[in-house]
Amino acid sequence: MELFLQFFFSGLTVGAIYALIALGFNIIYNTTSILNLAQGEFVVLGGLLMWYFLEKIHLPYGVSIILTLGISGLVGLAMERLSIRPLLKTADPLLLILITIAFSILLRGILMFLFGKEPYGYPPISEGAPLIIGGAIIQRQVLWIFLFVLFTMLFLYIFFNRTIFGIAMKACAIDSLSATLLGINTSQMVMVSFILSGIFASLAGVLVTPITFVEYDKGPLLTIKGFTAAILGGLGSNWGVMAGGFLLGILESLIAGYIHSGLKDALALLLLLSMLLFKPAGLFQSSEQARLRKL
Amino acid sequence: MSLWRLFILNLIFMLLILNNAFASKEPIKIGAILSITGPASFIGEPEKNTILLLAEQINKAGGINGRPLEVLIEDSKSEETQAVLSAKKLIEKDKVVAIIGPSTTGESMALIPIVTQAKIPMISLAAGTGITEPVSERYWIFKTAQYDRSAVEAIYKYMQKKGIKKVGILTIATGFGDQGRKALLELAPKFGITIVADERYKPKDSDMTVQLLKAKNAGAEAIINWSVGPEQIIVTKNWHALKMGIPLFQSHGWGSKKNLQLAGPAAEGVIAPLGRIVIWDKLPDKHPQKKILKSFEESYMAKYKSEPGTFGGHAYDAFMMVVEALKKVGPDPAKIRDYVENNIKNWPGISGIFNISPKDHCGLDATSFEMVIVQKGDWEILQ
Amino acid sequence: MKRFLHNHYFHSLVLFSSILLLGFAIRDPYFTTILVFAGLNALSALGLSLLMGLAGQISLGQNGFYGLGAYISAILSLNLQIPVPLAVLMSAVLSSSLSVFLAIPALRLKGHYLAVATLGFGEIVYLLLNEWGPGGPSGFGNIPKFTMGDIALENPLSYLILVWAIFSAFFTLAQNLAQSSYGKTLQALHSSEIALRTLGVNILSLKVKIFILGSFLTSLSGALYAHFVTFLSPASFSVFYSVLLLMMVMLGGINTLWGAPVGALFITFLPETLRPFKEYDILIYGLILTASLIFLRKGIIHFLKQGIRK
Repeated sequence: MELFLQFFFSGLTVGAIYALIALGFNIIYNTTSILNLAQGEFVVLGGLLMWYFLEKIHLPYGVSIILTLGISGLVGLAMERLSIRPLLKTADPLLLILITIAFSILLRGILMFLFGKEPYGYPPISEGAPLIIGGAIIQRQVLWIFLFVLFTMLFLYIFFNRTIFGIAMKACAIDSLSATLLGINTSQMVMVSFILSGIFASLAGVLVTPITFVEYDKGPLLTIKGFTAAILGGLGSNWGVMAGGFLLGILESLIAGYIHSGLKDALALLLLLSMLLFKPAGLFQSSEQARLRKL
Repeated sequence: MSLWRLFILNLIFMLLILNNAFASKEPIKIGAILSITGPASFIGEPEKNTILLLAEQINKAGGINGRPLEVLIEDSKSEETQAVLSAKKLIEKDKVVAIIGPSTTGESMALIPIVTQAKIPMISLAAGTGITEPVSERYWIFKTAQYDRSAVEAIYKYMQKKGIKKVGILTIATGFGDQGRKALLELAPKFGITIVADERYKPKDSDMTVQLLKAKNAGAEAIINWSVGPEQIIVTKNWHALKMGIPLFQSHGWGSKKNLQLAGPAAEGVIAPLGRIVIWDKLPDKHPQKKILKSFEESYMAKYKSEPGTFGGHAYDAFMMVVEALKKVGPDPAKIRDYVENNIKNWPGISGIFNISPKDHCGLDATSFEMVIVQKGDWEILQ
Repeated sequence: MKRFLHNHYFHSLVLFSSILLLGFAIRDPYFTTILVFAGLNALSALGLSLLMGLAGQISLGQNGFYGLGAYISAILSLNLQIPVPLAVLMSAVLSSSLSVFLAIPALRLKGHYLAVATLGFGEIVYLLLNEWGPGGPSGFGNIPKFTMGDIALENPLSYLILVWAIFSAFFTLAQNLAQSSYGKTLQALHSSEIALRTLGVNILSLKVKIFILGSFLTSLSGALYAHFVTFLSPASFSVFYSVLLLMMVMLGGINTLWGAPVGALFITFLPETLRPFKEYDILIYGLILTASLIFLRKGIIHFLKQGIRK
């Protein structure tokens, strides 16, 4: 039992990381129907910038976070201006996805140029020995991540359902033409969603780095895992993608623990894919919901 | 119409290729193929820095017999296709007289037929046994990294002394981890050691708690982890957090102060077989390697503000062998090969004291490692 | 005569002979090697181009077929001593028949779900090659070179002829397919799936057939890769290969099969010309890719056509 609990906690740790990235996908998808495959690079950007402010020029923790998020938001803005905006009117969705890949390569190059290839890390928010629950250990930083996931969910819920701005953004995703006719500035909404998602992804990086460390080329793996979790959980639904992230992490951990650690990624993926075939709209939403979200 | 389109395309591609084909042929050209980016960039980066540093030093000192040295460094992106293309470029376009690298075993293996056919000596920086064995089929190939089995032997010998019999191994699913795993499994019976758990993880995984616990539950009396880069720090941190009560051994890729900084107090007590570059200041003055270790470490630190580590050392040895050969026999590939095969005897390098012969194209053994433990954030040699 | 000039047999012939001419004119094994890799990529990209351009389906799992093709052919010829040309053919058939199991369930999915299903397939193949492939993550070598009867294709130039001849053959075939009523039906798929369904066309079966053909071409290219490099490790078969193919098809032009060879030549030569920039090539590479996607959004082919018309 103790062993199971430890495997489970380990899965929660990894799952929380996947869930954070999956949520980042959702922010842009919900407003623009674009899949931003540069998500992982923004996570890396967050971790690296945080390291720079905290360890290199020794600013306080809070100031470092604010600066990191500010810059990441600007990079999100730059990405939207340089790569998405010129294509938004004419191009098909596939081209928009590819351009995010091209931009991720560019961003990775810039990060390598600025930070080199070494791994970086810094102390967690609250230091101290890991917590022990039922004989199994869990790192303190993971609790911070849980807290942040909940906060994100709450924020997204309130933002998209209770604020005029958020509702306007949602309207753009559902029908951008009608939204324009209603006087909503669609392209401004796209811009805001990229800034928001850049900030969220980099905050994820800030939180995750004390556990996993960060180096310039960690992005693609994070993107793939987050992408898988998001789509399997049901892109569009915040609860769905969050659950997808945790499920993927826990599955990997349990498979590594009880079956074979070399096969954990392959088996977890296989299992999730076969589930997808029975529930093609994602594991945590019905096809009705998916249709309403205009897939 | 399509005919014209094609001609235009052809023309563009031809121009792209020919653009710098007419450079001056004055300097002596040697090539280096390194994993500067991609999963093995932890290995390729210090190797690249080392070669740039040495080339600069040599050219400042007047070059080789009056001719400047030009090193062409190609990035293999840690992948065979790129390694093959790099080798073709260096051999056919740049006409290099020798090749240093590649950084990983897989890429080195992929280049063997190419350099053999082109009759260009290649000094690989990777550890795999298959690179230089069987020697009869590796006429043009040498390597300066110790065999993985030498590192494994050093660990197992130490365990034998301490009476450790059951071991759990954790290896990363890359060429580096896989080579280590094979050596660990193969040599265990010879030292009376049983592998009770054989766990793996993927590059860039974020938590190895599960693998460590499985190994402990299988009755392991010690853990051996085989990886380079951030993953080995994560393993160290997880091992520390679990308070496992059994020692953790790392591979020879552990030898970087950066790891100690990032792992912090978690690294206390970790044991690893390391090349002497890491602990040169703790060697007795009469040690034959001390002088070159000191000068290399200091000049590297001065230029790059970081340590060359074990991998920079491999590049140093390969480069200096080629330079020595060039000075003695001139820029002739066949003569360079003969020189390296027959004249590198009792040759103090960074990775160890080399004894290359027609029967052994590596020339290093387990004595080139020291068992080192982490104490108070610094290395200590274990006797 | 004019009709002949616009005939696609003639087009393939022109492509083939100009590549050969280029290879013979430059006679530099480095250049020839790049052309061989470009040919292999073009063959893989042709598979994806058929899938995307004709059937309107996306696949992020082509790296899986590329890897399976390479590994199966290498194992067949190395361990069972099957002659290389036969091994290549067997491997392409075997690996593409595996694609049926992916195609039938996966093609019921749409858009992003299809993307993740194929991505998952490619990842699984990659992970399994790491775990169960000969040599594991370090890979294995000594794979026999391509030999036809007594002739061994040792030098890159002979391989260049082989690869581009195979490409041109399938290129012609693919163009015939696109012109046929079968191809027209498939292209109609983009515009109206429902209309076709009411006409009683079995859409799934059409899509599956194209999917199998596409994976056959990519597997074939993988098998040819194995006997050219003679050393295989899983590193060459990661998802990045699929992304690269996607770039080739999009940059070349998705609306024409010509996009495959042109995109492949562009993407294969680009990093080679960026070599002087050393490791910072990734920066310039990213910049060029982003810029070309923005400015050549309909593909290089379209761009060239326009340029010539002006």
